[in-house]
Amino acid sequence: MQSLVYILPEIFLFIVATVLLVTGLFLKNIKLINSLAIFSLLVTVILIFNQPFQSAFLNSFVVDEFSLVLKIMILIGSIASLIMFVSSKDDLNINIYEFPILIIFSTIGMMVMVSANDLLAMFIGLELQSLSLYVLAALNRNSLLSSEAGIKYFILGALSSGLLLFGISYIYGFSGNTNFNLIAVNINPESLGLIIGIVFVLAGLAFKVSAVPFHMWTPDVYQGAPTPITGFFALAPKIAAMGLLVRFLFNSFGEIYIDWQQIIFFISIASMMLAAFAAIAQTNLKRLMAYSSIGHIGYALIGVACFTDEGLRSLLIYLMIYLIMNIAVFAFLLSLKRNDGYFENISDLSGMHKNHPLRTMLIALIMFSLAGIPPLAGFFGKFYIFVAAIESEMLFLAIIGVIASVISAFYYLRIVKIMYFDEPKEEFDGSSIKSLNMLYYPSSILIIIFFIYPLPVINISEYAIQSII
Amino acid sequence: MSEIPILSILIFIPVVGIFFILLIRNNDDQSSQNLKHTALWITFLNFIISLSLLFSFDLNNPDFQFEEKYAWIESGISYHLGIDGVSILFVILTTMLVPICILASYESIKFSVKEYLISFLALETFMIGVFCSLDLVLFYLFFEGGLIPMFLIIGIWGGVRRVYSTFKFFLYTLAGSVFMLLAIIYIFISTGTTDVETLLVYNFTANEQLILWIAFFTSFMVKIPMWPFHTWLPDAHVEAPTAGSVILAGVLLKMAGYGFIRFSIGFFPDASEFFAPFIFSLSVIAIIVTSLIALVQEDMKKLIAYSSVAHMGFVTLGIFTFTVQGIEGGIIQMISHGIVSAALFLCVGVVYDRLHTREIARYGGLVSKMPFYSFSFMIFILASLGLPGTSGFVGEFLVLLSIFTVNTYFAIFATTGVVLAATYSLWLYRRIIFGALIKDDLSEMFDLTRREIIIFLPLIILTIFIGLYPKPIINIIEPSTEKIVNQIKMKLD
Repeated sequence: MQSLVYILPEIFLFIVATVLLVTGLFLKNIKLINSLAIFSLLVTVILIFNQPFQSAFLNSFVVDEFSLVLKIMILIGSIASLIMFVSSKDDLNINIYEFPILIIFSTIGMMVMVSANDLLAMFIGLELQSLSLYVLAALNRNSLLSSEAGIKYFILGALSSGLLLFGISYIYGFSGNTNFNLIAVNINPESLGLIIGIVFVLAGLAFKVSAVPFHMWTPDVYQGAPTPITGFFALAPKIAAMGLLVRFLFNSFGEIYIDWQQIIFFISIASMMLAAFAAIAQTNLKRLMAYSSIGHIGYALIGVACFTDEGLRSLLIYLMIYLIMNIAVFAFLLSLKRNDGYFENISDLSGMHKNHPLRTMLIALIMFSLAGIPPLAGFFGKFYIFVAAIESEMLFLAIIGVIASVISAFYYLRIVKIMYFDEPKEEFDGSSIKSLNMLYYPSSILIIIFFIYPLPVINISEYAIQSII
Repeated sequence: MSEIPILSILIFIPVVGIFFILLIRNNDDQSSQNLKHTALWITFLNFIISLSLLFSFDLNNPDFQFEEKYAWIESGISYHLGIDGVSILFVILTTMLVPICILASYESIKFSVKEYLISFLALETFMIGVFCSLDLVLFYLFFEGGLIPMFLIIGIWGGVRRVYSTFKFFLYTLAGSVFMLLAIIYIFISTGTTDVETLLVYNFTANEQLILWIAFFTSFMVKIPMWPFHTWLPDAHVEAPTAGSVILAGVLLKMAGYGFIRFSIGFFPDASEFFAPFIFSLSVIAIIVTSLIALVQEDMKKLIAYSSVAHMGFVTLGIFTFTVQGIEGGIIQMISHGIVSAALFLCVGVVYDRLHTREIARYGGLVSKMPFYSFSFMIFILASLGLPGTSGFVGEFLVLLSIFTVNTYFAIFATTGVVLAATYSLWLYRRIIFGALIKDDLSEMFDLTRREIIIFLPLIILTIFIGLYPKPIINIIEPSTEKIVNQIKMKLD
């Protein structure tokens, strides 16, 4: 019974989601349900802050500094996408009250993921999260693209879950445990079966964070899913899966890090390079953001590959900055709206600085930040990643990283070019939506002024990693 | 040491200016004029404040002055500012050129005035920051940050091929600089600090020096630019608006020269000595090749751009002699080039505003219509080719003097560059100014307006003043230069 207290936030969210699900049947007010969902997510934030650090259920579920920070980031992502939803639900044909509820379920899954300290808890969290996401991707039933995205994501996701389970069975078979700490204790470094297990689990997790070579679903799903959901995809699940990956690798297989390090090494390089080149040819902004997120995950994985305090710290700094930048970008994408619908092509941005000077200036700076140009926040993310890489003598990763960042600067610059240098088109009327501006302006200003006082972010990440290493 | 954080004030006044400008509406001609006035006064105020540096600057002190140090991103990387004799003049050059640029854009910038001025003010912040920062990460931040406003300045208000040029400019310089970032991180990890003052007395091992030197060199080589990585410069210059060219030639190129003096030879003297012949060869090739290329240009701006590459060749020659005269010569050459090439681009801008072409063949015989213009143009052309009595002479002379003491062959080749400079400059002048005024569309040309005279006057005075009486300038530079040279000698022994 005591254990239930440790998962109070999850239980609270679960009850809220169930109650909302039932009331939604009778109460046709989607806006109210959405507001209640946002409110309960905020309450969860408070609950998380008040949770004691402890492990529950035979040490298969831990609450520590690391899970606290990641949970807060996940909740911020979820709240942001709910705000995006309420501003666009009518126009995007996703006027469905289940949306906030599915987001909450998926959030619960993610919260379990980052707290999971056991292969089974990890799988439960992962599946709860994924199943909600599959439905979300296909939420716009009348759109061919959205249905395609949902089916594609589901089939590939199911395959990756299969791989993951297969890997879990190997790890259990060869170590005799499912608990991360116990695996670490009983590890047999010579065991080949364990390595095979790690490879399969990593393949499954790489699918969830959309790292190359398991990235194929990302562009299609990003493009097909309604934009608030794409935003959600880009924000929360990546962070959760990254947290899970870290705990899985660091807690249970820290001893044989040499073996998994090279896998992470490879998928990190592959993600950075492939994203840098593939994004150049994109014409759709959401597809471009998909490749951009693949590239960013590549950088974040450098932090994992280092297997040091520095690496983990840089990973968290990177994820925090990534979260804020993506909130700004997706809030921006949703404001690209005229009477007849939403615009997603890069060419639609043409010359928009004439009609929306301030908005365009901020998004241009966000693009520079995504490209990692100082003095914007994105630069600091990359800076810490490279510090970690060089410190653990992975100069090669750092060199590939800077080369990829120069190449990817090209496609970010192309967006700036189209917004500023090309002929203007008509005005967008989405720029007056208050709820979107509430996300867009604060997040973009945070990115710009980050360099003045970056210490809080660094301190938070240092606080978070103390429970892992 | 004064209590007022004057360098921070200099760096952040333009940022405050950006906020002011954001608040002003921009919907008609009157308001865009107001915007320009605001920006002009802010930058002029900054210039006045920077002059106060000169008065409180201690000439006998070779160390860093006006220092400020605050904790920034972690231990070892701090917000550390300070200037010495090497950097103070670049700061003043920057604060002087920015109001001139804004004044020069009064007529030529017609649309998106707000963004234009914001870009310029942001650029000023970054440029001053580069010369003031005494921390490598801070330096890198300002060094690279300047790319963003410059990208927009060339891309939005530039000429026909502006997109190509601005992408080339951005990606070239970014690609060059990222390796410097890795080098900075390496320094941070192996020494635990990126503080310049600490690093100047730190001894890197010989192997470290070679690698780190190359990493810094790629960045500065592209930026200064040295042959064969100079090709972005003519493109960027030709397509940039006049004020953009002025800043590019006047200040941005000097960042790299400053970086050479401060970091390359300061941190890695062994490697610098090892690579000096290599640098000399590249510089001499640059001087001769780009001078020859300049001879055949049809476009005025391109000609001046190529001449910039040649002039910067003298700078690198001087710096890598490791003599007091050489480094002094390099600095004075940079200051002089900052004034003169800026002025030359302004001269091109004057006729471009009237006729909207930069093709040399479209002009001729302007002297009869534009006597004042011809006079100022002449001063700058003569200074550019290094005539005694102008600022161009002092720097070139000191550089050649120092290179003669090091290596005669390089000196002989470098000297031919002076002759070539005279050829292309004077020929340019002849084709534009002299001859009979036979082309019809030139008959409408009018002489300098009052605004343009105000722009040119300080530049003319400075060019001649430095040329005739360089002593005050040398007094400022000398103690710090001597200190740098002594430090290198000490490290080398």
